[in-house]
Amino acid sequence: MSFTLKINGTSHEVDVDDDTPLLWVLRDVLGMTGTKFGCGAALCGACTVHIDGAPARSCITTIDTVGDSAITTIEAVGASPAGRHIQQAWLDLEVVQCGYCQSGQIMSAAALITDNKAPSDDDIDNAMSGNICRCGTYARIREAIKHAATAYAGEAK
Amino acid sequence: MLNTYAPVQPASDTPAPGLSRRSFLTASLAAGGGLLLAVSLPRFVGEALAADGPFAPDAFIRIATDGTVTLVMPQVEMGQGIYTALPMLIAEELEIDLAGVRLEHAPPDGKLYTNPAIGFQVTGGSTSIRGFYEPLRKAGASARTMLVAAAAQMWGVDPASCDAAKGVVLHPASGRRATYGSLAEKAAAIPVPKEVALKPVDKFKLIGTPAKRLDVAGKVNGTATYGIDVKLPGLKVATVAACPVFGGKLKSVDDTEARAVKGVRQIVKIDDAVAVVADHMGAAKKGLAALKIEWDEGPNATLSTEEIVKQMAALATSGPAVDDKKVGDVAAAEAAAARTVKATYQMPFLAHATMEPLNCTVHVRPDGCEVWVGSQVLGRAQATAAEVTGLPAEQVTVHNHLLGGGFGRRLEVDSVTQAVKIAKQVDGPVKVVWTREEDIQHDIYRPYYYDEFAAGLDAQGKVTSFRHRVVGSSIVARWLPQAFANGLDFDAVDGAAGPYGFPNLHIDYVRHMLPDGFVTGWWRGVGITHNAFIVEGFVDELAVEAKADPVAFRRGLLANDARARGVLDLAAEKAGWGTTLPARTGRGIAVLFGFGTYMAQVADVEIGKDGAVKVRRIVCSVDCGVVVNPDTVKAQVQGGIVYGLSAALYGQITLKDGRVEQSNFDNYQALRIEEMPEIEVHIVDSREAPGGMGEPSTAGVAPAVVNAIFAATGQRLRQLPIDPDRLKGA
Ligand code: FES
Ligand code: FES
Repeated sequence: MSFTLKINGTSHEVDVDDDTPLLWVLRDVLGMTGTKFGCGAALCGACTVHIDGAPARSCITTIDTVGDSAITTIEAVGASPAGRHIQQAWLDLEVVQCGYCQSGQIMSAAALITDNKAPSDDDIDNAMSGNICRCGTYARIREAIKHAATAYAGEAK
Repeated sequence: MLNTYAPVQPASDTPAPGLSRRSFLTASLAAGGGLLLAVSLPRFVGEALAADGPFAPDAFIRIATDGTVTLVMPQVEMGQGIYTALPMLIAEELEIDLAGVRLEHAPPDGKLYTNPAIGFQVTGGSTSIRGFYEPLRKAGASARTMLVAAAAQMWGVDPASCDAAKGVVLHPASGRRATYGSLAEKAAAIPVPKEVALKPVDKFKLIGTPAKRLDVAGKVNGTATYGIDVKLPGLKVATVAACPVFGGKLKSVDDTEARAVKGVRQIVKIDDAVAVVADHMGAAKKGLAALKIEWDEGPNATLSTEEIVKQMAALATSGPAVDDKKVGDVAAAEAAAARTVKATYQMPFLAHATMEPLNCTVHVRPDGCEVWVGSQVLGRAQATAAEVTGLPAEQVTVHNHLLGGGFGRRLEVDSVTQAVKIAKQVDGPVKVVWTREEDIQHDIYRPYYYDEFAAGLDAQGKVTSFRHRVVGSSIVARWLPQAFANGLDFDAVDGAAGPYGFPNLHIDYVRHMLPDGFVTGWWRGVGITHNAFIVEGFVDELAVEAKADPVAFRRGLLANDARARGVLDLAAEKAGWGTTLPARTGRGIAVLFGFGTYMAQVADVEIGKDGAVKVRRIVCSVDCGVVVNPDTVKAQVQGGIVYGLSAALYGQITLKDGRVEQSNFDNYQALRIEEMPEIEVHIVDSREAPGGMGEPSTAGVAPAVVNAIFAATGQRLRQLPIDPDRLKGA
């Protein structure tokens, strides 16, 4: 089956089975390897992308359900103010260790502060609970989200 | 201090047994101009002893004629920050800015690049900073001395009248100056100084100052490439199913349906596994699911955890045991003791579950083989590819990549061996990616341990004797056989008496043999992760028997170890030890020495009515000697605690019918953000040689938590993971 996908503002034509997860289309068919594979079963969040702005696990999102929704990946999340602030906070607070989970963490976090410029600890728990980090960077992730949200809110004024 | 028998020794002033203190430096003209320094480091174990052999460099420092300084070395970045910390050591003595050091990853060469602490090329066991601390500073100081000498010669002045700063040699009296780059070639002709003075700790400008990690930017925008991200023209993707029963073989495959899956290109059979090669992983997975596979399950088809534990329990009684340490007369002390306390402790098999599932990309051609992988042991990856292809090692090229977590799993090359076997049957390059299920069910597991203790107490509650028997499979015998001496696995008994000085002590080890095909290996924290939990749990029991406060009791056992007492008291003070806590809340402590680092952790836990354990706070004190990059130390402590806490709360691999019962993050759980305790890290200002940081914090958290659970509930847990059922209503 042939599908036309809108990814990071560009249209891409792919020819794969209709039950192919978006993750593998991004990584292996289109070569956009910033989105990571961790579990393949919506358990770890490494594969998180935005579909029409909402965080989604691309490992269980089959290609036939995407339609003409706008997909944003880690490669382009910095184009949005929320994504840019999150990336900057990640660098400023030295969140990253091995870094493998961080694409997914950043996508979940960027979606959170897009809608919520003053996230509470509970808000952060809810938005980030699906993202595992085996290197244990959670404390810095929490701090960085708060920094980014504050900076973003300040700019929006 | 009793536990000096560690896999790798802290670089202290006294050389460890088997360690040559000699480190070498040679200088030459670099290819392409400039000064090239080759650094060779003292060796610790095994091949290490070959330090008396010919000069073999472990790292190179190149100062080019344009002034750029490059450190070429084999250590890999796994998130532990060494790409930042090692350049700091050179920059400090060379008198240049940290940003002035570039890092180049060395190609695999087991002879050229040897981890000073382990004896061959490897990144693991918290050894990088420890091994390189002195040699890299010496190299930096020597290079600076030679550059200054070259300038002095050129100007006809006394080198002592010159200074070096920020990559420039200055002669203040005449105002002359020359950049390192302009001096690099002249310096190559200057003899390497025999002795150089290193800066005292209080003169450090870079070491000990928080520095930004140098490897991070690409990790926040998706551009960093891990092994799994390799892209090559014509690359195919494969996923694999190995026989679910350890040691079993492939009998037959019906691949009719799999071949019909769009994008599937080829089905590859090897002796114990089958792989589906496809255009993308989605097709490969779909193809794999469509295979009808028959396995020859072999002799392990009925293997279970219960059976293994039964064997180990029998070994604990029958032996034969090999002595590790004997001090005083344990039998006499036990006979004279007012009370004897005995206990059995157990720790489960564990998987690593690195965030990046195992993968390896291979292209086999008639005249060569290329491997793309993230590995902690590049030389071994090269050797296995050579063996499987029958090619000479020189014709195997290994391209290393960032590692999405190591934790010891990438110290193994089983997945490389398998990928090369598959690639031999594929025309063109193929990336073999394990599913998470494959990753968890075909790991090389942390051993199961079954340990027995007996301790004698006198009428005042003083410990008069301490006996500890360790029963477990041997990692060392398989992984580093040259260090497996007389049946003793030094790692299994590392820290088996904690940091304590017991007057009468007996530690011995019984090796448990696992059936063929079921393999155990290094897991973050290695030996001390096992022993810290077990010893600190038991010592806590002794404190209860002695009716003593757990901190005061430990302090009494640490009379001869000021650094251990230092971390114990610091953690207790910062945690508010002794203050009252709300109901169903408890506070526990653990102290340990490992990898040259002293550490104490105090845990505050709250137990729900349903037995659920919520770890509220961990206060961690650490004396890891001179701190190279404090920010990295804090991150490593936090990360280690999360890894250790995941294991303490959830981690266990169990076997039934020869198969692993866990498969993914739903039944092999990892700690999540909402479970993250508050973590405080207090670093002792220390001038001692640096200790490792990646491992001790993983080791210290489980005992602190389990001791806190006892304080809250009176339930003594002698087995991990923590079983909430035992805490219900407690
Ligand atoms: S890979 Fe999609 S949630 Fe883990
Ligand atoms: S940084 Fe390594 S898994 Fe999160």
